[in-house]
Amino acid sequence: MKHEIIADVKRDHIVNLLNSGKRIDGRGFDEYRDISVEVGINQRAEGSALVKLGKTQVMVGVKLAVGEPFPDMPDSGVLTTNAELIPLASPSFERGPPDEDTVELARVVDRAIRESQCIDMEKLCIKEGELVWIVFIDLHPLDYDGNLFDACTLGAIAALKNAVFPKLDENGRVDYKTKTEEKLPIVDTPVEVTFAKIGGHIVLDPCLEEEEVLDARLTIGYNEKGEIVAMQKGGSGTFTQEEILDIVKRGREKAEFLRKHLPG
Amino acid sequence: MKVGEPEEFIIDGKRLDGRRVDELRPLKIEAGVLKRADGSAYLEWGGNRVLAACYGPREIHPRHEANPQRAVLRTYYSMAPFSVYERKRPGPDRRSMEISKVTRQALESVVFTHLYPMTAIDVYIEILQAQAGTRCAGITAASVALADAGIPMKDLVPACAAGKVGGQIVLDLFDIEDNYGEADLPVAIVPRTGEVSLLQMDGNLTQEEFEEAFKLAVKGCMQVYEKQKEALRKRYGGSKE
Repeated sequence: MKHEIIADVKRDHIVNLLNSGKRIDGRGFDEYRDISVEVGINQRAEGSALVKLGKTQVMVGVKLAVGEPFPDMPDSGVLTTNAELIPLASPSFERGPPDEDTVELARVVDRAIRESQCIDMEKLCIKEGELVWIVFIDLHPLDYDGNLFDACTLGAIAALKNAVFPKLDENGRVDYKTKTEEKLPIVDTPVEVTFAKIGGHIVLDPCLEEEEVLDARLTIGYNEKGEIVAMQKGGSGTFTQEEILDIVKRGREKAEFLRKHLPG
Repeated sequence: MKVGEPEEFIIDGKRLDGRRVDELRPLKIEAGVLKRADGSAYLEWGGNRVLAACYGPREIHPRHEANPQRAVLRTYYSMAPFSVYERKRPGPDRRSMEISKVTRQALESVVFTHLYPMTAIDVYIEILQAQAGTRCAGITAASVALADAGIPMKDLVPACAAGKVGGQIVLDLFDIEDNYGEADLPVAIVPRTGEVSLLQMDGNLTQEEFEEAFKLAVKGCMQVYEKQKEALRKRYGGSKE
């Protein structure tokens, strides 16, 4: 993510620790920070979640609107994922139009949600070719302490599972003040798992200090079956081919572990 | 079900454009095609037409972006409005911002940026005509343009995608396969070390399918690498290896 000014000595310190089998915050190499997921934390959103991953905090809101479908998919709803890195959440975030980190975050989370086909999009069709539900997922980090990918994807799927339709009147207008009992049709629960490579070591769930000094990053999205639905390599460094095949295997059980933190 | 989806992707072992499953589209690369750029490359890859231009090392603007330890590599991926069936609105969008970022990160590990502190090395990639796989085409062309500009590098960076269509793992998807296929896996490598500098994926692959597709994409990269070297030899002569 954002590069904060960091002394080379800090990198050396983190790498030296890793060389002796330790991480800067005392975790094991394959260990997540503490995770909590709360849902229904916002009364205006149709679905919402607050994820804490260590000290990283992300709020995710799902809003529903009605609109026209895309011409090539006339009987399918529309999904839009957006992220905002507000300056409240980190001294390195700036105001203004979304930068490439913001766009990447939104697109990589979107990839897992979209490609896993976890929303039954055809159930979002109101009138074929004319009116469908549009699902807006807004990723809103509140405190940035590293690994926004995993926290945001977890928050997105939690908020989607939490979402209910608002009332729709006969004219096709949405009454946002009246919520129905009907839940969004969610048929899978994709999650993303991120590993960082630092000085030749591979560690799970990089915290901010690790993220600032990492050579490369690999985020993998898995569906419930353990199939891969999204991937994104980041960072200026490289992975060996063996490392990639190894990470893809190790990530699968971590995805299972993450999924257990989703409420009901 | 999407409109226009073909019923079958592979008929009698041949793909819809007549290729085998492990065959690249025809690829042609030419180095040094633009007069004003410090280095450039033109590439035709199936129905893709891509120009890449490198400027630098040169003075960096805005100045606050300067790094006292190394040159700043900046890459810009852009699609011409007429490069796709439905006109693309000119200027950067979210997709091109992401591709610009992963392109930079695919190339940064090979460029000896520490030799040129306080400068910028700018690479502009223009997609003139698109037929899927344009980020791989862009990275492939960009590294030839960097070499053509005489920028010291550890290696060239070839890129190539593999994917899955109709249940079959295939190399180098073209547009119909990309639009209606089940997975796309673009990869870029540093051939001398075999290391991977770009890896993205969307779609659905089991672990086994991923391994197969990944290895196929790496093989594709090695074929692209030969074309890159050929282009530079043709421009500058020199020995076979």
